[in-house]
Amino acid sequence: MKIVVLVKQVPATDNVKMDEETGTMIRDGIESEVNPLDLYAIEEAVRIKERIGEGVEINVLSMGPKKAVEAVRSAIAIGCDKGYLLSDRKFAGSDTWVTAYALSTGITKLVSGFDLILCGERATDGETGQVGPEVGAYLGLPALTYVSKIEEIGNGKIIAHRAVEGGHEVVESPLPVLVSVVKEINTPRMPNFSGKMKAKKIEIPLLTAEDIGADEERLGLQGSPTRVVKIFRPQVARKGKIVSTAGDPDGAVSGLVDFLTEKTII
Amino acid sequence: MKERDYRQYKGVWALGEVRDGEIHPVSFELLAWGRGLADKLSVDLSIVIIGSHIKDKVKELIPRGADKVYVIDHPALEHFRIDPFSAILTTMVEEYKPEILIASATSMGRTIMPVMAVKLDAGLTADCTGLDIDLEERLLIQTRPAVGGNIMATIKTPVLRPQMSTVRPKSKRPLPVDHSRKGEILVKEFSGEFLTSRVKRLAFIREEAIGAPIQDAEYIVAFGKGLKDSKHVELMKELAQVFNGSLGASRNATDLGWISYSHQVGLSGKTVSPRLYIAAGISGAVQHLAGMSSAEIIIAINSDPDANIFGVADYGIVGDLFEVIPLLIKKLKEKAKEA
Repeated sequence: MKIVVLVKQVPATDNVKMDEETGTMIRDGIESEVNPLDLYAIEEAVRIKERIGEGVEINVLSMGPKKAVEAVRSAIAIGCDKGYLLSDRKFAGSDTWVTAYALSTGITKLVSGFDLILCGERATDGETGQVGPEVGAYLGLPALTYVSKIEEIGNGKIIAHRAVEGGHEVVESPLPVLVSVVKEINTPRMPNFSGKMKAKKIEIPLLTAEDIGADEERLGLQGSPTRVVKIFRPQVARKGKIVSTAGDPDGAVSGLVDFLTEKTII
Repeated sequence: MKERDYRQYKGVWALGEVRDGEIHPVSFELLAWGRGLADKLSVDLSIVIIGSHIKDKVKELIPRGADKVYVIDHPALEHFRIDPFSAILTTMVEEYKPEILIASATSMGRTIMPVMAVKLDAGLTADCTGLDIDLEERLLIQTRPAVGGNIMATIKTPVLRPQMSTVRPKSKRPLPVDHSRKGEILVKEFSGEFLTSRVKRLAFIREEAIGAPIQDAEYIVAFGKGLKDSKHVELMKELAQVFNGSLGASRNATDLGWISYSHQVGLSGKTVSPRLYIAAGISGAVQHLAGMSSAEIIIAINSDPDANIFGVADYGIVGDLFEVIPLLIKKLKEKAKEA
């Protein structure tokens, strides 16, 4: 069985700075990490391999600047087998539609005969959750989103639970399939020593748009259907009444009950 | 890419949702968004409803703002499945050519719309909290939070059509029912390969939640790391029961396993818009605020006077929640007895 795990390198902090001119993130000087939600996809891939044993190959694919190779190495350290990074200036500024086009083109080129594509529900920076299902659509695969449990995989099919509004939907799909996972699915492990050593030594091929045979007109900012035209800080402040329990807890709580009464909440 | 004359694209479309055989209220929220856009553009607002035994229920969409309701009603379409739903919607969009297509950012909307973006060769913006029209350019202005709610981005789709967005549930209230509104119901038939699905639904395991699912709750009592231990969840439950409300939690509390992720409020959880939101022992990280700041009344209880949560509170108590909450429960119960 061949598995592809898609990972993204994201800023290790929420406190990112924006270039207000271009509407893009300033990534210089900011520590990066593997998108925390991708760790669940990596973990699930490794668990499938542990369950089935021999014959399972886990390929990690990412797209980003050269330093995103660290994210691919992190996935190798946890237990993935091979890694690839799509890296080219021509990819810069891609929206989800273009990113998914590039990733799906890369998968087709690099991993023949895959059975399963795993990804996190969304990345913690862009937070769209669109790339996974879009990759599935480009490859003509069904997309199982919000997967919280893989009950069975093998013999050309998968049975999985999807965490949706009001409960869990149990679905069966033929392979190959794209699966995006939610946090409920597992508890990601930390890499062990031998994993780290392997990740250090392994060669991660860097591939350009030309290498994967992507149509250059469909790439980057110019190929993206959507454009960020403005960025700004959200305003959510309210000027409420703040009281302290110091000395008079009873009075503070009575004040709250009066407030709720006045607002016709109670 | 398909060659198209994008000038032909006209009108605003919404993809409604059916759950458990009923029109789900997110459909009304979409109509409230869509009505504003359609009026600015002076075009019709249409809603597409795909489901089973739903024909008789779609009438209520017209008093809620729709000019046209397209209904696809077939037993094979009882539950959302990506293959038939996306095949039907693609065919309809290609036939009627709306300039805008919106869906709700639910598990269905967030699954089908990316697939639509690829099938239609069109751009998609996720999880918008604001939609407007730039009349000069006749473009949809899409606003959404990103990076943990730290920034808002405004996004346009200049060329490709339709312009597509998913809209965060509860980011707008439905329009009041107006029975004087006129509209048209159009039944569309699909059969054969349109109804086939590679993915089969085997079962549905309903989750037993405390109170209503939080995204639908009118009263939410939420807690964070300040609750210190899972055994204190009982105290919060007791307070929630006084309001007949639901329990919410911060990411810290769900990550610690005190309550399931379905109760998580915030960017990586649910967005809520209740009448009352009580935040106890929640510091108020921007990600959390992004999920609850549209609540009508926000009450904050926290021992740290500098906690962010006080910045969005209508009434805040600086103090020990283990002192405040029992006292509050007692006073609320007394008040209920008086009434």
